[in-house]
Amino acid sequence: MVDATVNAQSGPRGPKPKRVMSSTNIIIYGTLFVVCLYYLLPLYVMIVTSLKGMPEIRLGNIFGPPVEVTFEPWVKAWSEACTGINCEGLSRGFWNSVWILVPSVIISIAIASVNGYALANWRFKGSEVFFTILIFGAFIPYQVMIYPIVIILRESGEGITWFLRLFNEDASAFRLMGSLSGLVIVHTIFGMPILTLLFRNYFTSVPEELFKAARVDGAGFWGIYFRIMLPMSLPIFVVAMILQVTGIWNDFLFGVIYTKPETYPMTVQLNNIVNSVQGVKEYNVNMAATLLTGLVPLIIYFASGKLFVRGIAAGAVKG
Amino acid sequence: MAVTDTGQTGAGAKKPSPLFKNLTAKIAAIPMIMTALVVFIGCTLWTIYHSFTKSRLLPAPDRWVGLENYERLWSENRWIVSIENLAIYGACSLILSLVIGFILAALLDRKIRFENTIRTIILYPFALSFVVTGLVWQWILNPQLGLQNVVRGWGWETFTFDPINNADIVIYGILIAGIWQGSGFVMVLLLAGMRGIDEDVWKASRVEGIPAWKTYIFIVIPMMRPVFVTALVIISAGIIKVYDLVVAQTSGGPGIASEVPAKYVIEKMFTSQNLGLGFAASTMMLLSVLVVLIPWAYLEFGGKKNG
Repeated sequence: MVDATVNAQSGPRGPKPKRVMSSTNIIIYGTLFVVCLYYLLPLYVMIVTSLKGMPEIRLGNIFGPPVEVTFEPWVKAWSEACTGINCEGLSRGFWNSVWILVPSVIISIAIASVNGYALANWRFKGSEVFFTILIFGAFIPYQVMIYPIVIILRESGEGITWFLRLFNEDASAFRLMGSLSGLVIVHTIFGMPILTLLFRNYFTSVPEELFKAARVDGAGFWGIYFRIMLPMSLPIFVVAMILQVTGIWNDFLFGVIYTKPETYPMTVQLNNIVNSVQGVKEYNVNMAATLLTGLVPLIIYFASGKLFVRGIAAGAVKG
Repeated sequence: MAVTDTGQTGAGAKKPSPLFKNLTAKIAAIPMIMTALVVFIGCTLWTIYHSFTKSRLLPAPDRWVGLENYERLWSENRWIVSIENLAIYGACSLILSLVIGFILAALLDRKIRFENTIRTIILYPFALSFVVTGLVWQWILNPQLGLQNVVRGWGWETFTFDPINNADIVIYGILIAGIWQGSGFVMVLLLAGMRGIDEDVWKASRVEGIPAWKTYIFIVIPMMRPVFVTALVIISAGIIKVYDLVVAQTSGGPGIASEVPAKYVIEKMFTSQNLGLGFAASTMMLLSVLVVLIPWAYLEFGGKKNG
């Protein structure tokens, strides 16, 4: 706004007189200012609430800044908050989420990038059909597929156990259902449509001469992928990573269904802590826990800037 | 498919058969093919089939019961409430997020300062989990300590806004949170579409002396039809899936006042072990997606044919 007034003063002297402080501009900036306040409000409320003590919350204004800043709710949320009989705090959920996140992101991106590469450069009969099914699959409500996947995971876990016991009779039962590896598979499957679309569109834009030249030089499917496509497409891998990290971190549905209480991801544990019916509600601890859970995607979002926008827009751009 | 490929090469065919062509690519695409065929088609058909059987707890012998599950589903009050909630939430959310998203996009499109900062602020809720969103708004809308209390403190003693405990308006509380989270995404989509419009259109309308708002409504919006359609499909698919937000913000309460179909399905399948009803309900969800998806696919497909 300071800049605007400066421009207004210097405006008439310039070649093109332009009214910067026109009523239209005041309306535009005023509206946007109010809108920004509305969007920032919940973040602000989370932060101030998590820094207040409970007596202050009970007496004071939810929007008021903390009179006495305390970090105790953060400590409590991280290491002491209870879900049922377990009182280890959110840290357990955090580490579970990390252990779910790392393999899921790596595997899903590895598979989807190869898919996209095959669809863009090595089309085979029927490849477009599978791709179409994949894209339509992204719109099918997860609820339709959830139960059969439970059965598939359970049965293949038993199948693997049977196989392992062929070699070693004492092999412990291998479980996919209720374990982190099962959840990794589920995330890989449901991340596939959007990621495949992302990589396919990107690889299609790579000049075909490059691909042909490599073919003439005798490079095969994997040679071209690892030596040419991969080094050329680091930005799109970053976009895919942003998409997957935020998506998998924020997942709640799959976490609830395919894991057990010991392996619950952070979002599920957060919900259990805040919405537990026992005990006195500690709003400051709840908000600290909520903020902690939101921190990972928020950091990624603010650090990645335009790449995040590119990732979410990929779903909207037609292939 | 790839299995048959290797089978054929094993047979020692000298002539490169069409199946053998691109063998590495086919093998590399096995995860995609399996996902498409087994999960997206196989599991969906499995669920649809079992919605016509009497299965309370699998594995159990399936007995074909025709539409019995559907009859029970539509006679259950909880499901009716879920559908009504989805209808209210869906209609409001669709209209509001498109209108708000468009207005915000148009404002940002006016070549303003701090565009990046403002866009970053409006879009950040979209990066958050629905659980986080639900819990924050649950706290802001808390009747004793939240917004209602603050407004009363300002001197408006009779102000009542309690969309957490009041069954009549609870779905609108969820709507506020949903719009807060999703409208930034719609804005980004529409802004991208707006930027794709030729600058000459604006020049022409300026020469004609048409005010900006008229240009937006009568020229820009009709030109952005494809973007709107895409946004509509994505928003609708998201609305039908809404689950975590409700679980976190209200847990479906008070009573069953804010139940939604997605939550109904999960509870029938995993809490009350009433699988038949769960399958029938999830098939209904699929049907509602298809109602949106098929016309869209038809338009897209038809458009490509003509163009």
